[in-house]
Amino acid sequence: MSGATSLAGFADPVLDSQATFRAVLEAMSRPGRVQQVPVPPELPPGIEPAAAAVLLALADADTPIRLAAGPEAEAWIRFHTGARAAAVAEAAFVLDPAARLLDLAAGTEEEPERGATLILPVAALAEGSGWRLAGPGIQSTHRLSVQGAPSGFLADWAANRARFPRGVDVILCAGDRIAALPRSVAIQEG
Amino acid sequence: MSTDAGYNFAYLDESTKRMIRRALLKAVAIPGHQVPFGSREMPLPYGWGTGGIQVTAAVLGPRDVLKVIDQGSDDTTNAVSIRAFFRRTAGIATTERTAEATIIQTRHRIPERKLTEGQILVYQVPIPEPLARLEPRIAETRRLHAMADYGLMHVKLYEDIAKHGHIATSYSYPVMVNERYLMSPSPIPAFDNPKMHMMPALQLFGAGREKRIYAVPPYTHVRSLDFEDHPFRPIRAPHACELCGSRDTYLDEVLVDDKGGRIFVCSDTDHCQERQAMKEAAE
Amino acid sequence: MYVATKGGEKAIGAAHAWLDEVRRGDPAQPELTTTQVEQQLGLAVDRVMAEGSCHDRGLAALAVKQSRGDLIEAAFLLRAYRTTLPRFGASLPLDTNAMAIQRRISATYKDLPGGQVLGPTFDYTHRLLDFRLAAEGGLPAGAPQGEPDPSPTPRVTELLAQDGLMQREAPEESEPGDLTRQPLSFPADRPLRLQALARGDEGFLLSLGYSTQRGYGGNHPFVGEIRMGEIAVEFVPEELGFAVDLGDITITECQMVNQFKGSRTEPPQFTRGYGLVFGHGERKAMSMALVDRALRSPELGEGSEAPAQQQEFVLSHCDNVEATGFVEHLKLPHYVDFQSELENVRTMRAAAMKERGE
Repeated sequence: MSGATSLAGFADPVLDSQATFRAVLEAMSRPGRVQQVPVPPELPPGIEPAAAAVLLALADADTPIRLAAGPEAEAWIRFHTGARAAAVAEAAFVLDPAARLLDLAAGTEEEPERGATLILPVAALAEGSGWRLAGPGIQSTHRLSVQGAPSGFLADWAANRARFPRGVDVILCAGDRIAALPRSVAIQEG
Repeated sequence: MSTDAGYNFAYLDESTKRMIRRALLKAVAIPGHQVPFGSREMPLPYGWGTGGIQVTAAVLGPRDVLKVIDQGSDDTTNAVSIRAFFRRTAGIATTERTAEATIIQTRHRIPERKLTEGQILVYQVPIPEPLARLEPRIAETRRLHAMADYGLMHVKLYEDIAKHGHIATSYSYPVMVNERYLMSPSPIPAFDNPKMHMMPALQLFGAGREKRIYAVPPYTHVRSLDFEDHPFRPIRAPHACELCGSRDTYLDEVLVDDKGGRIFVCSDTDHCQERQAMKEAAE
Repeated sequence: MYVATKGGEKAIGAAHAWLDEVRRGDPAQPELTTTQVEQQLGLAVDRVMAEGSCHDRGLAALAVKQSRGDLIEAAFLLRAYRTTLPRFGASLPLDTNAMAIQRRISATYKDLPGGQVLGPTFDYTHRLLDFRLAAEGGLPAGAPQGEPDPSPTPRVTELLAQDGLMQREAPEESEPGDLTRQPLSFPADRPLRLQALARGDEGFLLSLGYSTQRGYGGNHPFVGEIRMGEIAVEFVPEELGFAVDLGDITITECQMVNQFKGSRTEPPQFTRGYGLVFGHGERKAMSMALVDRALRSPELGEGSEAPAQQQEFVLSHCDNVEATGFVEHLKLPHYVDFQSELENVRTMRAAAMKERGE
């Protein structure tokens, strides 16, 4: 995949990357809490603002990525991150609506950190109702309402969690908002 | 932004920060698991906080307020040096007040004041492997963690009890995180271990020389290893602080002469000063 | 009344100022220039480049001056600088066959194509202090100039390999790893082991190499060849697509020849231990070659009992910047942990005394 892009990345690559990372760190540390990320000023069609920010902040030449977001968005991400394309099972970051959670790399018992991160665009995210989340990062229960998760997601999630410490971590994206589901979290339908 | 021209914000280059950030996110997702990372050579010596410094540098933003402590104190020389390093390379605000800090980098202590959700505690870690003294080979300990086989540690603690009547470990006291990973809390006194349990703040651990990062998310179970008939008990000197009168904080013993004269004072200098100020205001 | 210690910042400032003064020494003496260090303490500069894993004579000389001649401190300075440099890519592999030789000796043959070249060596000097040097004795007499010998100097190991007597090294298909970017994991492959050894501490490798000679994993080494000289470094920029000469550097290469008894799949033959360092660093290159060969013993079915054969032990402890940091960190305050140990020992003593008393 080659292709240049005329669109810029982050307005301030250093500080916007840091702010995005902190939002993801906060989201991953407190599963179900919704965070806001800084949005790149110009976005190609085919990619959500939050998903774009997460990839700009975290992907680079050392992270194989699987992208299915249309040629313009793919060229844009590759140009700004230098990340190379990989198959779903080999990628560190996956942004592909066709990819199933359980198809991603889950790491090994000795190296569970090699489990991939799935960036999952959804229609809307809200705290206070919906799924009941429990696990590390959550004092008792967090509620997270997710509009437009793929069908069968919760069953896949249960299977993902059952293989802990192996597993996949998920960053849900809606507009400029994110919420994260680390592999350690238990989800019950609301 | 950076006050030292020629270096990036917070010293590290952006690709190094991204690499550390990715390791941190996986560490948070797998509480207590040691994630290898491409630790860089820092302009401070290994063993002097390079792991904590790299974690702080990767996390830090311009709105953060940084506190650095060593032995509980903001004014120990290495804490002073690390704080100055970040002031110089990131131009950020620093504080000695625990309550005001958003990021606290520490060596050997957890502050006495209860930390809050808005805070991140970054530990400097010399030896991240809790089993290292029992099994120095990393290839082997990695296998033991994979199988959650912590028999070695239980045997060691049991031998302590058989020999001394109690567990003779007073610092770096091993903990189980979320009932899955055995973790070194870094060389904090066992007195501080209970503070890790269900802490509202995020806890990040950086070991630069050993090239490992690990984490305890907020509100996570952290249990100090013990036995039913020999429960874990935190140790502190059974005295009151000479300065603030506290009887429930961790104390340093200070020799005042060569005839056995000694006093005890709080190790957490900020907490102690706060208590002294309150005492004065009340009088 | 005790007051919590204050003034760390001021104390550090004063210590640094004092250090600057001590470094300069008696101001009545002329200040040492980095050019003088580079020219007249060249082997110190070479060692700092090797262990600092950064080839820059000027910066290494500066590091030696700044560190007051503490070579581990100097290597550390250079490493901390190196880590901030952007990476443009990797150079082409060096062809040591094409070296402009200043020194070349083989212990395995009396004579060989290209000949034995002693070069600037301490080897046969009598170690008598030369008081003329203390007296600033002017310029040296100068070495006699010969005609440059244009004949090729093939590597001894290659001559042996042509006869099938030396195991050929299989070319690496994959890009070698980079231990400054990725943490080592064990078992580490040979390129990574060699990287670690190349920047490892000369003293540590020397002692380990020595231990193999004294029977701790002995493998009967012969110096097949040591060569030192200048060699071109080439780089292929992606946008050009052809090699560009970046300049010449001096390196020292050592190939040790070791017997191998053979296995079920391979006939008896010689195997090599390899050492390569920046600058003129013969002791280091030889030690590295001994340890490299010792670390190959598990794959050659020779066991791994001796310290020099245990790669996790060797590779985890050969880096002097890591080692000095951790050893010296014991200087930092540890009084919080010591306090819990004090309480612990007091409790145990009290219990023991009570038991004895009863």
